[in-house]
Amino acid sequence: MPVRRIAGGMTPRLRAVAVGAGCLLLALVFGVLAVGGGDYPMSPSDVVRTVLGGGSPAEDFIVHELRLPRVVTALLVGAALALAGAVFQSLVRNPLGSPDLLGFTQGSAAGALLVVVTGGGSAALAGGAVLGGVVTGAVIYALAWRGGLHGHRLVLVGIGATAILTGVNGYLLTRGRLMEAARAMLWLTGSLDGRGWEDVLPLLVAMAVLAPVVLLGCARPLAITEMGDDLARGLGVRVQGLRLVLLGAAVLLTSLAAAAAGPVSFVALTAPHLARRMTRAPGPNLLAATCTGAALLTGADLAAQRLFAGHQLPVGVVTGVLGGGYLVWLLAAQRKAGRI
Amino acid sequence: MVVTESSQISAPAPVPRKRAQNARRAAALLGSAIALAVVLVLSLGLGARQRSPAEVWHGLFDADSAAYTVVHQMRLPRTLLGLLAGVALGVAGGVMQALTRNPLADPGLLGINAGASAAVATAAGLLGVASFQGYVWFALAGAAAVSVLVYAVGGGRAATPARLALAGAAINAALYSYVNGTMLLDSASLETMRFWTVGSLASAQGETAAMMTPFIAAGLLLALALARPLNALALGDDSARSLGAHPARVRAGAIVAVTLLCGAATAACGPIVFVGLMVPHLVRALTGPDQRWMLPCCALLAPVLLLGADVLGRLVARPGELQAGIVTAVLGGPLFLYFVRRKVRA
Repeated sequence: MPVRRIAGGMTPRLRAVAVGAGCLLLALVFGVLAVGGGDYPMSPSDVVRTVLGGGSPAEDFIVHELRLPRVVTALLVGAALALAGAVFQSLVRNPLGSPDLLGFTQGSAAGALLVVVTGGGSAALAGGAVLGGVVTGAVIYALAWRGGLHGHRLVLVGIGATAILTGVNGYLLTRGRLMEAARAMLWLTGSLDGRGWEDVLPLLVAMAVLAPVVLLGCARPLAITEMGDDLARGLGVRVQGLRLVLLGAAVLLTSLAAAAAGPVSFVALTAPHLARRMTRAPGPNLLAATCTGAALLTGADLAAQRLFAGHQLPVGVVTGVLGGGYLVWLLAAQRKAGRI
Repeated sequence: MVVTESSQISAPAPVPRKRAQNARRAAALLGSAIALAVVLVLSLGLGARQRSPAEVWHGLFDADSAAYTVVHQMRLPRTLLGLLAGVALGVAGGVMQALTRNPLADPGLLGINAGASAAVATAAGLLGVASFQGYVWFALAGAAAVSVLVYAVGGGRAATPARLALAGAAINAALYSYVNGTMLLDSASLETMRFWTVGSLASAQGETAAMMTPFIAAGLLLALALARPLNALALGDDSARSLGAHPARVRAGAIVAVTLLCGAATAACGPIVFVGLMVPHLVRALTGPDQRWMLPCCALLAPVLLLGADVLGRLVARPGELQAGIVTAVLGGPLFLYFVRRKVRA
């Protein structure tokens, strides 16, 4: 890529790294504030000291057992959803192509609801979410395949799957007793309450494996593919193989994120857009999007805990309200720019 | 899509062909009417206990008959509700496909029913409204807001099917996350709303159908009055103007019609998808794209689908039942996928 000076005097790559680092720093600040708040308030310096291993036994317990898992879950879920969203938006070449609109998240929800209705525990629920997401992803891939995977068909098949699964999920909600339905509804909204280390671990492993594959291995070929399949093939990119790998990684990340925190809406849609605005670079902006997602969800969770004193909201309500407003603005802007 | 079909521009068709076409359209209309009559009888007769058509007849008109109570208290209100909601969704789907010039337009997929749902959820969850009379005004307001939004995204200059559908999916996602949020707030609204949001005819009471009728009748009449100008609009705004139609007025009228139909139907039986998508496609294959034939035919065939789905739901899950909205989603979804695989090339 030729070095092109843009406003601010940085090369695009340097700017992307700077945006990523800035967002990560912001996410950490949100995280420290979130760990410090609650019935036992701690100052930011106390939090940092305790996390680094210098706290009293009481502080140790509160930070490491109660509050840190929640913050780490928020960081990882935000990053995973945003990475998956950036990959999807690039694959279907549409700024609205995020996994929560294309049926993948509804698949996870169907799996999880099935577990809730049959009375399974929280480990089974996470398993159901992953299984549901992966199976749905495979079915959508198979149905959208026709001599190759193409954006338009993936979108439409995904929307059809969303409509079917929404019906199925509604039915599952009516099957359970009221208590189960309330638990399912909380899960469907997306919440980080009471997360422990055992909830984070699968997502942590998946991010550790998949994020380098996507960020280091696929980012460049994906950016080239955005210029058109034929051109990409001419430049030596194996387009269909790349799509399969990326789709698989994105589906796994989405389902594991849903298993950890429920299908938190709109992070996958908005984080890549915000990242692109900040980097001002074309292309998928995977790294910047990932860091933006982490900052977005930790910030949303902090807001969800503090916004109404004495009353915690599920984080999905905050992202849903913010995301809905953003969406209306986006539709208007896209319409004006002639992209819809 | 609609524009590309060859029979759209039927002006120079030779007379015998035109006559044959009209005969076929009349046959389609008649066949739809017969199918509707059959389904009406089935819907009155089948359920937890089966009744023969003769028993249904006695149950309807003979107050001393054994079936009188069941038919009048339970099955008749439900059947009337299905009839009205079916008419509303089918005609709304037809009008929307013509308005957006897009074969994938459906009041469920594009979020209009979800808009009505979100408004009803607000009424039920936050304001404590609990009757159809209360719901319907909220539902109409919600449907109107989303109709305008969808029109702003997809009207006028035609959007591609995938983009319009994706915009609709995004609107749906935003509105349903709002509906879920209101359901979290208190368990009483969760208890009622979780049944309502799947789309069901089971909540029918005697007066619901009667209260829906004025809204649906007004929407239906408006839609039928717009059939001819919608035909002109399919040729593009300039041609439509030269044929004497006012594109802006026609679109505004179509939005009002869709709002009345979808708002009333959703207030009464919850958001139901795919009826508005499937029926116009089926009808277009029978009558061709002329709205003057299509819309009446949609009005007859859509209740066949909705009531059929309701009866099927009562039969497959006895002694419980599967809500009609779930049956239409499970039946309509695969049809949608088939359509996508067949029609949409890369």
